[in-house]
Amino acid sequence: MEAKPRQALPLAIRFGLLGGIVTLLMCLIGIVESSNSRAMIYPILSLGQTLVLLAYVLFVTFAVRRMAAGSGGTIPRLRLIAGGAVTGLLISAFLTVLVLFGTWIDLRSVFLRATPTLFNLLTLGLPLIPGVIALLGLGIVLGALVAGILVLPDRLRRALVLGLGLIPALSILASAFFAQRGLTLLSAVIVFVLGAAGSYVWSTFGGGVRQRIAGLSPRRRRAYNISRLSLVALVVLLLPLAGSYPSQVLDLVGLYVLLGLGLNIVVGFAGLLDLGYVAFFALGAYTMGVLTSPEIGWLGGIHLSFWGALPFAVLVGVLAGVILGIPVLGMRGDYLAIVTLGFGEIIRIVALSDWLKPFIGGSNGITRIPRPVIGPLAFEGPGSLYYVILAGCLIAAFVAIRVKDSRLGRAWMALREDEDVAQAMGIDLVRTKLLAFAAGAGFSGLSGALFGTMIGSIYPHSFTLLISINVLAVIIVGGMGSIPGVVIGAVALVGLPELLREFAEYRLLVFGAALVLMMLTRPEGLVPEARRKLELHEAEAGAGE
Amino acid sequence: MLQRLRRRVSGTMLFMWLIGLAILAVVVYGTIATLATSDYTGRQWVDLIIYGVAQGGIYALIALGYTLVYGILRMINFAHSEVFMAGPFIGYFVASALNQAGYFDRGWGFTILGLLIVLLVAITVSLVIAVLLERIAYRPLRRAPRLVPLITAIGASYFLQYTFLGLFGSNVKGYPDIDVLKGTWRILGADILKPQAVVIVAAVVILGVLYVFARLTKTGKAMQAVSEDKDAAALMGIDVDRIIVITFMVGGALAGAAGFFYALLFRQVKFDMGFFPGIKAFTAAVLGGIGNTVGAMLGGMFLGIAESLFPTLVLNGLGIPAPYQLKDALAFILLVLILIFRPTGILGERLAAKKA
Repeated sequence: MEAKPRQALPLAIRFGLLGGIVTLLMCLIGIVESSNSRAMIYPILSLGQTLVLLAYVLFVTFAVRRMAAGSGGTIPRLRLIAGGAVTGLLISAFLTVLVLFGTWIDLRSVFLRATPTLFNLLTLGLPLIPGVIALLGLGIVLGALVAGILVLPDRLRRALVLGLGLIPALSILASAFFAQRGLTLLSAVIVFVLGAAGSYVWSTFGGGVRQRIAGLSPRRRRAYNISRLSLVALVVLLLPLAGSYPSQVLDLVGLYVLLGLGLNIVVGFAGLLDLGYVAFFALGAYTMGVLTSPEIGWLGGIHLSFWGALPFAVLVGVLAGVILGIPVLGMRGDYLAIVTLGFGEIIRIVALSDWLKPFIGGSNGITRIPRPVIGPLAFEGPGSLYYVILAGCLIAAFVAIRVKDSRLGRAWMALREDEDVAQAMGIDLVRTKLLAFAAGAGFSGLSGALFGTMIGSIYPHSFTLLISINVLAVIIVGGMGSIPGVVIGAVALVGLPELLREFAEYRLLVFGAALVLMMLTRPEGLVPEARRKLELHEAEAGAGE
Repeated sequence: MLQRLRRRVSGTMLFMWLIGLAILAVVVYGTIATLATSDYTGRQWVDLIIYGVAQGGIYALIALGYTLVYGILRMINFAHSEVFMAGPFIGYFVASALNQAGYFDRGWGFTILGLLIVLLVAITVSLVIAVLLERIAYRPLRRAPRLVPLITAIGASYFLQYTFLGLFGSNVKGYPDIDVLKGTWRILGADILKPQAVVIVAAVVILGVLYVFARLTKTGKAMQAVSEDKDAAALMGIDVDRIIVITFMVGGALAGAAGFFYALLFRQVKFDMGFFPGIKAFTAAVLGGIGNTVGAMLGGMFLGIAESLFPTLVLNGLGIPAPYQLKDALAFILLVLILIFRPTGILGERLAAKKA
């Protein structure tokens, strides 16, 4: 498609305009300002400023990459750097227009977030005219700098990029755990030097190390793998020691891993896009609530413990999966998506109505759901509950991994790729589809039950369509059909925004953008499943022939 | 004979028919029970129906956007509900500016001018967003597997919704009071609220214009040809890309107009206001047979009236407390039932199971 060589300047301008619009939008939706209170490098760089910087870096990178690719590597480095500077300048120009306009007339009656604080941030705290000049100058310098790094020799470039990338990564973690403060300037420098040096050394000697590992005898390689795995296991087990709040975040991530593993079976393996996934989550939670909470009296005073109610929650999920699955057996693709979405909404609307209020509490929900207890062991706090959730995730992951390559798993994938061919090959569509729905719904029910006990009280408002969308985003960003992808997706999309509370408001915006961008650029996800990847790039390969 | 019957009627089919019969029985029972108690006067029923028609006109306008796009691209434009939201949302700012300039309290002439300006703004904004969506999100994925564009559309929908939230805040924004639209008109012996009458008339006019456009103009015929067979249409010299863009433009403009009428009826906008009208309009499109423009119009009207009558007529008779709370569930239940029992809709061809 990009076969004809493109001029460098138009590309630089194009990406500059694009970047300018995106950065402007970022400023106007307030994501920059509201994340300004969190320091990345204390006291010189805030998260808000980092976001703006990131936009510059991304768009200049795109521009330089495309310029270099378009010219087939013949373009002089200086021209690339100049192109980067142009892109940077254009992005700055957009922000300058915003600042000038905003200080001239008050935009706040329309754009709530066009505040003086934002303008002050963009002009680096300087008065208007010098500030604007600094903003424009900074754009040029940044653009040239990023382009300059990109044209460096590979090894050096990788070292610099890793070193610079480590700073925000570490400071986000640091600021999440230590009250809004990121790294200090000194520690940022240390992180950069260590990261860059580490990367440089690894790219020099890494190949040798990898060869030695590959050359190990099978037994020693096995020992190496086991020690690596047990290290990971140890870290995972020790995570709740980070404190109460991080444990809560971990619990939530765990629940989403569980949900993601379930939806992964339905969407990732069997290719059935289910947007009503929250229905089973809600059913699981309500089953747990109805069976255990002392508030519910209509069951003849039966109050089970957590462990007693858990199988019922899963069972209700599985049954609901089958019952809701039957009517949609004949539907494909987008119809299925909308109908399942409808199921999810019906469940929420009915749970909210006064009609069922005597049974499930209506809008008052169900409270006083007990926590799990094993003998003397009570899983009270989020830290100890983490282990229950972890156990659930491990079981689910085990089931998912084992099922994936079984006869059933292969039948699901055949279904995903072509229903008619699958049927012709002797796959029982009804049974296979219902099993997919049932398995996914079971995981979701389990997750819902755990959610109920974790929160201690459930309300219909907790079970909106947004949960289905969140889970969908988790598995799509992670990689449809890929089990490690689910974990990565949940950590990135659920854990990270929880740690950075100021993003909570923008979470769905980011999810939406992530879904679109992933589909446009990398539909197989971050950690793709091999077969899925082939499938998605089949069309391109075919088109290239 | 019995064996042939058994082969044709599978267990799941039987199960579904049983459910269908049960639902039918419940609906009939509820209706009879409500009518038997005669708690409601004829006037009230007429009011409910008129409200339903106004609401149905809005659904019909949105449903056309779904149907046109589905007809051509075989994809559900999930973000269409945000196209519907964007127009009146921006229109709100224009409306309040015009209100401050005094347009809405200087009698008919200025009010109509002001409302037309707001309508135009709403239509333009929705149209631009629909076209941008097509260009940025959908066009690169035209040959991708089925799920890919759908997921993109879902993502775009949330992106747009929360961008509006970020830009303009989460509060409900009230459209200004319009003096000349207060009170009722007496038409054919029924008192109709003025905004409802305006919406009904305007919606019918727009639907008529669209019908003529789709059936008689060259572009309209080209749209039909493309939705029939893209490749054959291209061979006949139709610029398929252009027709797709025009389809999105028409759908967007209709959604913008629908959004303006919605704002006129309910006098408020919010960033998430598109979801329910969107999903209901989709139901209306399926009801009328997706891909079929007349079907979408009829489906929208039917759904509007059904939704307005159903809680009072059926649920009330069943003794369910506060039945209006369950109103929003009706569209979903209808959608499921149609797709099970008559996937072709009232007028359309069978598409639910057809390979796209």
